[in-house]
Amino acid sequence: MSEIATQDRRRRARAQTALGDALKQGVLLIASFVALVPTFYMIMTALKSEEEYAIDKLGLPDAPILDNFRAVLVDSPFLAWMLNSFILVVGSVALSIVVSCLAAYAIARMEFKGRETLLALSTSLMAVPPVVMIVPLFVLYTQLDLISTYQGAIIIYAGLITPFSVYLLTTFFRTVPKELFESAKLDGAGDLLILWKIVLPLSLPALVTLVVVNSLYVWNDLLIAIIFLQEDAKRTLMAGISVFQGRYNNQVPLTMAGMVIASAPMFILYIAFQKHFIRGLMAGAIK
Amino acid sequence: MTALQSQKLKPYLYVLPLILLLAFVFGYPLLRIFEFSFKLVRGIDGPWIGLRNYELILGQSLFWESVLHNIQLLLAIPAMVVISLLISILLYERITGWKLYRIIVFVPFVLAIPIIAVVMKRMFQFSGPVNEVLRWLSLDFLALDWIGSSDVALWTVMILIVWRESALGIILFLARLLSLDESMLEAARLEGANWWQRVWHIILPQMRGVIEFYVVVSVITILAAVFSYVYVVGGGRGGPGTATMVIEFYIFNALIRTSLPGIAAAASVLLFLVSVLLIFPMFRARRRVREEEA
Repeated sequence: MSEIATQDRRRRARAQTALGDALKQGVLLIASFVALVPTFYMIMTALKSEEEYAIDKLGLPDAPILDNFRAVLVDSPFLAWMLNSFILVVGSVALSIVVSCLAAYAIARMEFKGRETLLALSTSLMAVPPVVMIVPLFVLYTQLDLISTYQGAIIIYAGLITPFSVYLLTTFFRTVPKELFESAKLDGAGDLLILWKIVLPLSLPALVTLVVVNSLYVWNDLLIAIIFLQEDAKRTLMAGISVFQGRYNNQVPLTMAGMVIASAPMFILYIAFQKHFIRGLMAGAIK
Repeated sequence: MTALQSQKLKPYLYVLPLILLLAFVFGYPLLRIFEFSFKLVRGIDGPWIGLRNYELILGQSLFWESVLHNIQLLLAIPAMVVISLLISILLYERITGWKLYRIIVFVPFVLAIPIIAVVMKRMFQFSGPVNEVLRWLSLDFLALDWIGSSDVALWTVMILIVWRESALGIILFLARLLSLDESMLEAARLEGANWWQRVWHIILPQMRGVIEFYVVVSVITILAAVFSYVYVVGGGRGGPGTATMVIEFYIFNALIRTSLPGIAAAASVLLFLVSVLLIFPMFRARRRVREEEA
């Protein structure tokens, strides 16, 4: 009797798990659908002609065309915008990493007055919204003729991403075993050599995280780009598409072709390096 | 200089570039916004005018409307928290296909906000695909003028914010979940606790710190970093009318469109003071997260 009851309960529990699993799959499927719908819509629409989109906004393209992509690439300076964004990403991420590595090494490994204050101050700057800084910098840049220059924007971007970099690298450098430093010191290695040959190779995961998180920030930013790079020749991709979409307001397929091109670089990087991206995003999120 | 002296100076040499960079990008502007906010700035400088900028701002309905819009957008946060919790816990249970799901639900965070805004703006057009689907489902009363109506546009911005910022929540919560001690969950499962009981009594209590952290970070984002969302959806004007004006946009307009740096600076000071108030809970929450994880 009791055995039957146990069996019955087990069977019911198993049925419940199966139902629960189906429910969970359902929720995740819906979430995936919602997460992908804009991308899907963007790609499908880009492959339609204006006439087809006017009749059919939802379906798959009947006869996929690439004319929209050609039109975007020929008529709009998308590639030039991308190049500008790329220059800013490389410049600011590189500058920030050099500055942060030196500082984080000193904060993690050297004794000096004001060490903790400096770290706390730098870390707290992460919570200061970028928009607060733009007024004086804009006035100063106008005065110094730095508006619409790469170097001007690179310094601002590098500054904005550095507090997080210093925080992450300091935390990471502190986990490097002391003995490694001491034996290297005994061998007569200088600090720069230790940083370059021992600490940095060990910190590769943290450095990858920084490159991912910081590149995304600079590549995706609109605020600084719109204010500090006003000249057409210096426009970034994000500022460019904001202008572009207004100009072709009624030509939806053409606009979507532009968006496909604009999102392609980060998308390809994400798919190719998803492990690094996901690890980087998860580490970067905690800040 | 003796060797000892240079040894003492060395750390400062290493942190000097950092100090210079932060002083330029943060220090100088933060001092200057206070100064500018008391001046009538024309071009690069101007005469002191006391509290006139502040009086002007605080007496202007557009400023208060912008503040109100930011506050209204805060309503997105509860939705973001619930969605991120649900998805991250399901991913954490490693149900079939969780790795693929994880790649997919992070996609919104990889796409740039301006791109998303451009795409969503087309999807939510009055004659766009979203309304087409709603009408097809006979939900005509929901087929609103999402972008063009000043009553609805801010809610559309909110949908966008929930859609994208939830991905950050999922990332954050999943990172925390993966560091949980699984033995307690296993014990609860053996004792026959069902899914809700396990989530409610075992998982959620351990996630209090990270949830608090996410809420504080989201409050800062929504009060001071929604420019990219609003710029595109509002057509670069905070429109329709002033329906999507937010504080950031107010500052942007005062600085670039009407060339009144003094006014922009005074608004920046107010926004800065709010963010300072939020720094302390943020630090407390972050410390909590690290203690939980240790």
